[in-house]
Amino acid sequence: MIRTLRAQLAVPVGAIVLALVVGAIVLIASSPLVTGHIDVMLPIRTYLALVQGSVLSFDGLIDTAVNATPLILVGLAVGLGFKAGLFNIGGQGQFLMGALAAAGVGAALANSGVFIALPAALLAAVIAGGVYGFIPGMLKAYTGAHEVVTTIMLNYVAIQLVGYAITGPLRATGASFARSHDVVDAALPGIINAGRAHEGHLGIIIPLIVVPLIWWLLYRSTIGFEIRTVGANPDAARYAGMRPRRIVVFALTLGGALAGLGGAAEILGVTRYMPASYSTNIGFDAITVALLGRAHPVGIVFAGILLGAMRAGAGLMQVQAGIPVQMIDLLQGVILFFLAAELVVRRVFRIRQAARGVEELQTVTRTYGGQTTAP
Amino acid sequence: MAGSPGIATEHVRAPALEMRGITKRYPGVVANDHVDLTVHPGEIHALLGENGAGKSTLMNILYGLAKPDEGEILLDGSPIQITGPSDAIARGISMVHQHFMLVPVLTVAENILLGDETMANPIFIDRAEARRRIRALGQRFGFEIDPDERVGQLSVGWQQRVEILKALYRDARILVLDEPTAVLTPQETTEIFAVLRRLRDEGHSIVFISHKLYEVLEIADRITVIRRGKVVGERRPAETDEEDLAELMVGREVQLVVDRGESHPGAVTLSVEGLAVKNDRGREVVHDITFEIRAGEIFGVAGVAGNGQDELVEAITGLRRPSAGKITLEGRDITHADIREVHEMDVAFVPADRHRYGLVLSFPLTDNLVLNDYFSEPFANGLVRNDQAILEHARELIERFDARTPSATVTASTLSGGNQQKIIVAREFDRDLKLIVLDQPTRGLDVGSVEFIHKQTIAKRDAGTAVLLVSAELDEVLELSDRIGVMFRGRLVAIVDGRSASREEVGLLMATGGHDADSPSTSPVVGSAA
Repeated sequence: MIRTLRAQLAVPVGAIVLALVVGAIVLIASSPLVTGHIDVMLPIRTYLALVQGSVLSFDGLIDTAVNATPLILVGLAVGLGFKAGLFNIGGQGQFLMGALAAAGVGAALANSGVFIALPAALLAAVIAGGVYGFIPGMLKAYTGAHEVVTTIMLNYVAIQLVGYAITGPLRATGASFARSHDVVDAALPGIINAGRAHEGHLGIIIPLIVVPLIWWLLYRSTIGFEIRTVGANPDAARYAGMRPRRIVVFALTLGGALAGLGGAAEILGVTRYMPASYSTNIGFDAITVALLGRAHPVGIVFAGILLGAMRAGAGLMQVQAGIPVQMIDLLQGVILFFLAAELVVRRVFRIRQAARGVEELQTVTRTYGGQTTAP
Repeated sequence: MAGSPGIATEHVRAPALEMRGITKRYPGVVANDHVDLTVHPGEIHALLGENGAGKSTLMNILYGLAKPDEGEILLDGSPIQITGPSDAIARGISMVHQHFMLVPVLTVAENILLGDETMANPIFIDRAEARRRIRALGQRFGFEIDPDERVGQLSVGWQQRVEILKALYRDARILVLDEPTAVLTPQETTEIFAVLRRLRDEGHSIVFISHKLYEVLEIADRITVIRRGKVVGERRPAETDEEDLAELMVGREVQLVVDRGESHPGAVTLSVEGLAVKNDRGREVVHDITFEIRAGEIFGVAGVAGNGQDELVEAITGLRRPSAGKITLEGRDITHADIREVHEMDVAFVPADRHRYGLVLSFPLTDNLVLNDYFSEPFANGLVRNDQAILEHARELIERFDARTPSATVTASTLSGGNQQKIIVAREFDRDLKLIVLDQPTRGLDVGSVEFIHKQTIAKRDAGTAVLLVSAELDEVLELSDRIGVMFRGRLVAIVDGRSASREEVGLLMATGGHDADSPSTSPVVGSAA
């Protein structure tokens, strides 16, 4: 047990360490632009500010939790796909549809009282995200259309749908820019307040409920067994009397619902309305989260918190060390690079090859060869 | 013997290779336990052992792929450290793997040059010189090979020769062949043996890994038998026979041919009428097949692989919908039943490809042992899996079916082929059954596992189960079957009595379908797309 846990953790942790090293090199190389001379201490100041701004202060912790919430939820959507042998790149679209549904229903029920408006808005987000996962699921299962292609295309459709809905039917009257009405009663209420816009909303407890449920589903239920079997060996799943098509549809639909919930948490908890130009990179950040978390619900929580903390600390890093927030994107990109180039990490840290390959990575690579499930 | 020239040379020259006291431990197993192996120049030395006995570990150590925990390796009498495959090759040790390491789209010459570190000029390859050397090498060992032929165009037997040439091209003096005949036809085997003898006569040392007894007796000068990581005996072919070797290998007396005993067929269990099945590409590959199997009877289907057997089995087990005909099980129509319905009607199915269908290699044995029963009591209560019941079930089956594994929770991929098949057989046989469908049940398995599976099958037959045995191994079909149906180009061309049929008779039916010329429209059936 301990040994398998260590084997599971070795590569993700190694990737993070290597990313920090690469980040330090970049920081030292660019230090003349910040301080006027080569400054070997700059990485330390930068990383310290990052840690301070994220976990060493109360408001930093709150920001971390708020940032981590959608990352974890969309990360679960991607991770669930990996478990079923699918590469769900549609987290962004599913998130946006959930956000749009929450904004729309929230605005419509803005004065219906919190006990009606909030559940209704959350449910609408779950359904909208679920439908948006169901579509590529059906396409995959019954026509063989590859989920990588369909989910990427649906991401663009979602962006356009948001733009249309917010500039059109959902546009708030009297607003100076295209946005929806405030959600008022449907808002996720603040539960912890550290002042100066560092508010922890009720949504941060959603992962606490959802993660155990997904863990239970995957590892303790027969449906989870079917999902994992289809992901590991679709032929054996068919032999075992499972129905790979249904499972593919189910995994993508449930994933979509989770991503949709992530969208709702962001809209109902943070912005409390939706702008037409709402832009997000969450679908891709979530891929990093899922890979870093080894597609395991618990791993995804830690990965989501890590990425959330980096975003939370970015502000202080910019102020104290003078490093632009884009540094975070660099670190995140390098982490993803090292996760994909696992061999590099293994060489550097002398980690022995696990007896079983990294299944979720196999999904990523296999998925471009056309050799995936043809249920 | 003592005065023979062969023995004399052994004393004059140091052994080409000596492995002394090699020990390699993996978590839970000692793969090699103080193994000694001595190979002389000009000797074919067979390494015989069951799957999982430690042959591959020993050879991986020799090839630098694994580091021994203890022991030393001597080359021409002097101790060496082998750091990796390229080091091994540089020292004249080459390995021909069971699965060839060739690039199909490259030519023979290109494949041979690939990765060769000893090129005189590292930028420009002297192709003309390479071609000349390859041709000359081939001629020296008795075969003509065209260096410009694409490897993908070559038959398996010739591809193997390319692998051997690759080793010789790098001046290998010690050649390790891992199960070289597993993929060859008998004819190709004879040819490759001729090549190996020539290599030996030129002074090369050959380590021949196998678990096929008759082959080892035919080709080897000396035989080292290992069992569970230990050397249990060394023999010369003249002083041993198949029974002796099998006993050494397995550790007890083995029945190479199990005693099938009397069978007492009862009422008809499975009835197949006018069955037609299409393959994945929509072509009909099983035509109008009719037969029945009685309770307590083994019905064997013989045929060269790819004559529609896979599709027939898939149709009966519910994995594939027949396009015409009728299948009944104890009078119930199961023509359109899906695989789970068929399974629930007490039909067991051991599929031909155990890695593709029979197991999920990355799953623990516990999950594999409930692969098709995971949803039913006591393994699940509605949606909730009962891990305790699954674990107890696995432990019990592993014990009862004697599968060798460190625990019930290791992944199926860590088991040897024979033990993997035992896991499948355990899962499928562990209940009262009406019908067992066995598709190539012993393909690639060692003697001990084959015996085990045959005995289990006969026990089930005696318990009144009908058995459909499909095998490309004619001997297996002949040894077990009460009746034998011969498949040829998708048709059941004959049904003969299993106890009186001769090898020649069935072999001829398999090759020709019983006619000199079939109707021209029925072209040979190609196996279903992988």
